[in-house]
Amino acid sequence: MKLKAQNYVTMEFLSRSSNEGFARMAAAAFAAQLDPTLDELGDIKTAVSEAVTNSIVHAYPDSIGKVVLKLKILPGKTLEVSVRDWGCGIPDVEQARQPLFTTGGEERSGMGFTIMESFTDRLTIRSVPGKGTTVTMRKRIQQRLGAGK
Amino acid sequence: MEISVKQENRHAEIYLKGELDHHGAKGLMLQLEREIEVLLPLQLVLDFSGVTFMDSSGIAVVIRTQRRIRELGGQLKLRKVAPQPRKVLEAAGINRLVEME
Ligand SMILES: Nc1ncnc2c1ncn2[C@@H]1O[C@H](COP(=O)(O)OP(=O)(O)OP(=O)(O)O)[C@@H](O)[C@H]1O
Ligand SMILES: [Mg+2]
Repeated sequence: MKLKAQNYVTMEFLSRSSNEGFARMAAAAFAAQLDPTLDELGDIKTAVSEAVTNSIVHAYPDSIGKVVLKLKILPGKTLEVSVRDWGCGIPDVEQARQPLFTTGGEERSGMGFTIMESFTDRLTIRSVPGKGTTVTMRKRIQQRLGAGK
Repeated sequence: MEISVKQENRHAEIYLKGELDHHGAKGLMLQLEREIEVLLPLQLVLDFSGVTFMDSSGIAVVIRTQRRIRELGGQLKLRKVAPQPRKVLEAAGINRLVEME
């Protein structure tokens, strides 16, 4: 379902590993307006780190390419994160989502999508081989008792 | 990432410090392999108290370290893992494969 964003930011960066920390800190800083708990912030940082790392490691294995991170606030205290690249794409998304599936050798464990799935409420992957991949995640931030006074 | 090492006989403790993501894992794995080769520990404790963030890149580091230690007849243990890295390890089922204090 397409929901109207109450706020958003868009960031474009190169697929350099030094940008991984930047991307998850930016996501956490943007999410702060939803008054998340430390646990929820940890989940957001982890999920963003997984998606961005995938673009850096898998989408552009032997080159440096463009990555776009979009952060949106949707109605109902929901954060939407999307990470897009224009890299090699994923030939079989269902297979890629399976725990332990990896094309990354012994430096990877094949658990990234499993972690994104368990740390957010919804994960969608759109990918076209040779064209690129967009990973979109939504996470609802819980209403806290005594908040919003 | 920064590491520091304490050793007594063939019991070694390695203290990790920083964010264990793909960017940090690249150098960390090399450092760990080098230390293991020198120390040849029968027991290695990886102290996570200084790890402020970890993602799946850290899982591969832990699994590879455990494999290396076992090849040498030793054991790996993780110590003082903060809630965020712990949640990542548990989501991946690593808590069932590697001993955590
Ligand atoms: N952005 C992407 N572009 C191309 N291929 C991708 C992309 N993201 C994921 N993949 C493919 O999907 C597989 C599974 O991804 P996942 O993140 O679950 O595991 P991993 O990255 O291999 O290992 P880990 O995340 O545990 O370090 C990858 O090995 C890769 O083949
Ligand atoms: Mg991954």
